Amino acid sequence: MEEIYSGLLRALELIAARDPQVVEITIRSFFISLSSAFLAGIICIPLGGIIEFRQFWGKRALINLIQTFYSLPTVTVGLLVFLLISRSGPLGGLNLLFSPSGMIFGQAILVSPIMIGLTITALAGVSTQIRDTAKSLGATEMQIIITVIKEARVAVMAAVLLGFGRALSEVGVAMMIGGNIRGYTRVLTTSIALETSMGNLELSMALGIILISISLAINLLLNRFQGR
Amino acid sequence: MALLEVRSLSKSIGPAKILNEIDLTVERGEILGLIGPTGSGKTTLLRLINLLDEPSTGSILFDGRMVSGKPEKELLSARRKMAMVFQKPVMFKASVEANVSYGLRMRGCVDATDATGGKMGMIDRVEESLAAVGLSGYRSRDANTLSGGETQRIALARALILQPELLLLDEPTANLDPGSAASIDSLLQSLAGSRTAVILATHNMQQCRKLAGRVAVLQSGRLMALGKSEEITLPW
Amino acid sequence: MDRNFLKMALVLMTLSVLCSAAGAVEGERLKLATTTSLQDTGLLDVIKDKFDEKYNVSLDVVSGGTGIAIQYGERGDVDVLVVHDKERELKFIKDGQGLERRCIAYNYFYLVGPKDDPAGVKGMNASQALAGIMEKGKIDPAKVMFISRGDNSGTHAREKLLWKKAGYNYSAVNSSGPWYIEAGQGMGATLNIANEKQAYTLSDMSTFMAYQGNLTLVPIIEGGSELLNVYVAMAVNPKKHPNVNCELANEFINYLVSAEGQDLIASYGTEKFGKPLFSAARGNCELMGCNATECAVPTSASCAAA
Repeated sequence: MEEIYSGLLRALELIAARDPQVVEITIRSFFISLSSAFLAGIICIPLGGIIEFRQFWGKRALINLIQTFYSLPTVTVGLLVFLLISRSGPLGGLNLLFSPSGMIFGQAILVSPIMIGLTITALAGVSTQIRDTAKSLGATEMQIIITVIKEARVAVMAAVLLGFGRALSEVGVAMMIGGNIRGYTRVLTTSIALETSMGNLELSMALGIILISISLAINLLLNRFQGR
Repeated sequence: MALLEVRSLSKSIGPAKILNEIDLTVERGEILGLIGPTGSGKTTLLRLINLLDEPSTGSILFDGRMVSGKPEKELLSARRKMAMVFQKPVMFKASVEANVSYGLRMRGCVDATDATGGKMGMIDRVEESLAAVGLSGYRSRDANTLSGGETQRIALARALILQPELLLLDEPTANLDPGSAASIDSLLQSLAGSRTAVILATHNMQQCRKLAGRVAVLQSGRLMALGKSEEITLPW
Repeated sequence: MDRNFLKMALVLMTLSVLCSAAGAVEGERLKLATTTSLQDTGLLDVIKDKFDEKYNVSLDVVSGGTGIAIQYGERGDVDVLVVHDKERELKFIKDGQGLERRCIAYNYFYLVGPKDDPAGVKGMNASQALAGIMEKGKIDPAKVMFISRGDNSGTHAREKLLWKKAGYNYSAVNSSGPWYIEAGQGMGATLNIANEKQAYTLSDMSTFMAYQGNLTLVPIIEGGSELLNVYVAMAVNPKKHPNVNCELANEFINYLVSAEGQDLIASYGTEKFGKPLFSAARGNCELMGCNATECAVPTSASCAAA
């Protein structure tokens, strides 16, 4: 238990000293996860819109499947993506394995179910009268979809934030796809795993506290944007 | 040629027959009153005419062209010549300006000419429409902070700004205080003789007699009477 | 709100593009797969710093159990391997996956255990000691336990070899009772478990020395040919995987066997632990069981794809 307390002190030390390794790892964590959330967002939000607005056979089953994948084990996704982008895999030519780009790709896949599913939920929560109003004012089908997405923007933003949070805190994909390479693909979560396995519990705890703190800060900031 | 022609229009939802063999026409620029008690099918009829829903049987001709049963693309051009104000209108989560200008932005048109023949931008058009409904200065307000009456009037402005050939109003003054209702009535009155035809659904016979040239009486989904407003007596 | 959101999104997008561009614009990268036990000693970090500087490249080290390290090689996901499992190395070369073996260093495994040696195996050779541990463990698993890496690593492979030498079928051993625990983790974690449970385990010398300060376990058996641990580097064969960086891999291996590299290896750890964690291959080829052609000499294999 004293590891938690000494970890807190160590965290403050590291932040105050602006330890270059910790800064580097932290910045990398956030950029990789933000990028993957962004990448997933620009694909998943319209996709969620299309699924919600179109009627097709198997729609209910598809949505069920998406919701099942909300909590896919990250190591399993990591393994699947690994097999996909390994040199011997179908996407091997893209040279994504053991690189930050590969991690962005893998994490985007990991958080896609959440983003699609919660976007669908958000859009379904917009009253049909909004759609009727938009339609009667002369909007095309695509314009109606965009209008509804805008109406649901708070809930859609929450979906993106949740995806970002999941990407930031996961280890399975980061480890398998990134390889925890010092100075290149090492991020906060993989560092925590490494330091723990090496017995450096205080440092591990400190990194964890830093991760949580900055995550908190980002969430507070984004909440202010949502405040409207 | 009539602006709108409705022939034998019926709408069923499941076993319930909401509208039964409705025939009517609307001439350009005329104000047609649509009167009937709650549940008589007024809203359903307006929705069908606005091409929001599809009729079960019968046809709708707009501007001489058949529009019922057509693919969405063709419906869109007809729909864009109309505008509807719903009974309890909803505002988009945006400013009054964004709401009022919505239809214009969807059509991609911004500029128009004003009374003096000069060019008028989006903001000016919005201001003009707001003034017409007595809400000048509301442009930057958050549309979701408005009272029921204000919402109703903004919804009306939102429709009028489009200068539609056919305006469909579902109980437009139901939520208004007598003062505001009166000013809306005079606004609607001023539409008589313009190129905007109006179908005014209401349960208020007085309003009908004041504003409408002709009146259609709807009861339980059937058209009971159709004729000049002074000559109509209600079956109830 | 729209404008703010768009601004934020634009900033994020630009930053992430810059970030990945920065990664792409850097110089050459050499991907190396190795075992966790070797990586944990920190030797490769020191080698990386010197190598990166000298050749103006970036050595990317990925570590795991020997099992996955070899797989990375077989999949062409890395350019060079540094492992310590002769049987699998020979198979790797035989299968045409690797160019050549190069012995670069050695040390010994330790059989470590609780100070009081409850199984009484001190003085035996390693395989006999394991047999003794199993015997005593079956009788009193609360007192005598063995923690296995259980992860197909080089250390685990050595353990299995020792059981074989002692005359036991491995499947008979690992399911024979609660005295035998499979950790399924790296060497450091396994040592921590053994320390917690005051059990025996097989550890490479380097990891044990690195963790010794935090452990109450002591080496029960050290040295002897049964516990010899030879580290070997192999470049991945470009004929099988045309996109590996073969030239740079060979340069790396040549660096390891050069005087500078061998000095670096031989002196590593002295500062921290008082004695070096590794012995250089140079001059010790016979002891290591490596042929002269594959021991501490530069590579001779060509990188030509056909």
